[in-house]
Amino acid sequence: MKYFKNFHKYRYLLYEIVRKNIKLQYRNSVLGVFWTFLQPLLTTLVLVAVFGGIFGSNRNYTTCYPIYLLCGRLIYEFFTQSTKRAMRSITNSASVIKKVYVPKYIYPLSNVIANFVTFVISLLVLVCFIVYFCFTDTAPNITGYVFLAPIPILILLILAIGVGMILATLSVFFKDIEYIYEVFTMLLFYMTPIFYHADQLKLSSGFIGMCIKANPLYSITEMFRCCVLYGRMFTMSHLIYALAFSVAVFLIGFFIFYKKQDKFILHI
Amino acid sequence: MGKQPAIVVDNVSVLFNMNKEKVDNIKEYLIKLVTNKLHYNEFWALKDISFTIEKGERWGVLGFNGAGKSTLLKTIAGVIKPTKGSVKSAGIIAPMLELGAGFDLNYSGRENIFLYGATMGYSRKFIQSKYDQIVEFSELGEFIDSPVKNYSSGMRARLGFAIATAVEPQILILDEVLSVGDAKFRMKSEAKIRSMFDKGITVLFVSHNTNQVLNICDKAMILDHGKIIAKGDAVEICAKYDEMVNSKK
Repeated sequence: MKYFKNFHKYRYLLYEIVRKNIKLQYRNSVLGVFWTFLQPLLTTLVLVAVFGGIFGSNRNYTTCYPIYLLCGRLIYEFFTQSTKRAMRSITNSASVIKKVYVPKYIYPLSNVIANFVTFVISLLVLVCFIVYFCFTDTAPNITGYVFLAPIPILILLILAIGVGMILATLSVFFKDIEYIYEVFTMLLFYMTPIFYHADQLKLSSGFIGMCIKANPLYSITEMFRCCVLYGRMFTMSHLIYALAFSVAVFLIGFFIFYKKQDKFILHI
Repeated sequence: MGKQPAIVVDNVSVLFNMNKEKVDNIKEYLIKLVTNKLHYNEFWALKDISFTIEKGERWGVLGFNGAGKSTLLKTIAGVIKPTKGSVKSAGIIAPMLELGAGFDLNYSGRENIFLYGATMGYSRKFIQSKYDQIVEFSELGEFIDSPVKNYSSGMRARLGFAIATAVEPQILILDEVLSVGDAKFRMKSEAKIRSMFDKGITVLFVSHNTNQVLNICDKAMILDHGKIIAKGDAVEICAKYDEMVNSKK
C-alpha cells in the first residue's frame, strides 16, 4: 500500500520524464517526430531489398513479405531500444539520484514507456503498409482477429520493463553489461524470425530450433503476425509461454531492483 | 515554539564499502573473487548519530572536509539509506544540496521548472500555480525559454533556488548554497530564507563559515569523523569551532 501511495505521488514525475524523453529525442532534427515513421519505413525497405529475393519469394511461408518483416522489425526494435535506454537510465540520472530522493524505478520505467509511445506511433507505418498491400495481389488476410493485436503488444511491454529493470540494476555494478548486451541484441536479431521464417529454414527441430522457440520474442512476433497478417487466432502455447516468461521476468526485475536500489548511490 | 520534533535521527550509522581499487567489471571481479583479493575498506561515514530537531529550530552543521556533513544531510533527505538506525521527519523537506541538480541541460528553463518540481514530488497543478512566482524570483526574464545549457552557473543556481523555495517547504536543508550568485542575489536569497523563518520553518544549514551560521542559526553542532563532538547554542558552538580551526593551523 505504501508503494502505491508513493507511486501515486510521483506519477507526475513519470509523465514528465516520458515526455522529456520523447521531446528531446527529435529536438533539433529537421523532420522531428516524422522520424518515428520514416526510420522503420526506410530500414524495412532496406531489409526487403536485401532479403526479399531469398526469403520473400516463397508464398508457402510468407503471404506478404514486407508486412511480415515490418512486424518483426518493429517488435525487435522496440524491445532492444527500450531495454538499452533503460539500462543506461540509472547512470544517466546519477546527478539527480545523488541529490534528491526519488523512487529510482521511475527512470528505467519511464524510458521503456517513452519508447513504447514512439513504438505505438510507428505502428501507423504498419497500418499504411496493410492498406497499401490490400490493393495488391499479396494482400494480408485482415479479419476480426486484428483486434487481438494489443495482447502481444502488452506482453511485449511487460517483458521490456522486466528486462530493463534487470539491466539497469546490473549496469550500475558492472559497466561491462552494456557491451555484452550490445552483442546479445545482435544475436537476438538473428535468433528471432524477423526476416526469415523458422519453418522455411528447417529450423523447427534441433538445437537452434529450440533456441528460437525458447526466445519469447519469437512467440510474441508470431502472435502479432497471426493478428495482423495471417488473420487467424494465435496458438495458445505461444500465448501461455510468452505471458508466463514476461511476467516472471517482470517480477524478477522488480525484485532485483528493489533489493539493490539502496546500494546504487555508492556505485554511480 | 511548538515542541514537536521535525526530524528525529536515531542511532544512525552509514557504512561505505570502499574498495581499495574500484572494481566495476566482471573480469576483475571474478579474478579478485577467486584469488580472494576482494578487500573492502570499511569506512563509517557516520557513527551512532542521534539527535532531535524541534519544529522551527535552525541548526548549523559545522565540520572539516570529510567529517560527514553532506552524508548526514543526504541521509536526512532520504538519498542515502542508513546502514543502521532510522531517520524520521515530519513535513515536506526541500533539499538544496546542489542547486539545479535535477535540470536537464537540453530543456528550456520553463520545461525544467516542471521537471524539477516533479522530481521533488509535486503535481503539475501545484507547479503551475507557483510558476509566475518562480520566474519572477529567478530574474531570468526572456531567457526562461532558452535551453539551460546556455545559462551561466549563476542563472542556474538562481532558478534552482527559486524552485526549491517557492514550494514553501517545512524543512529546508541547505548545503553551502548561499554562496551562489552575485551579491545582489545573495542578499535577496538570504532575505527569502529569513522570511521563511517567520513561518516557522525548520532549517539545517551546512557551512564552514561561522559568521553565516551565526547569522542564520540559533543552534549548532560540530561533526568530526562521523561523530557529533559538540552541540548546543550556536554562539557557544561557533566559538568552539573557531578555536578548533585555529588550533589546527
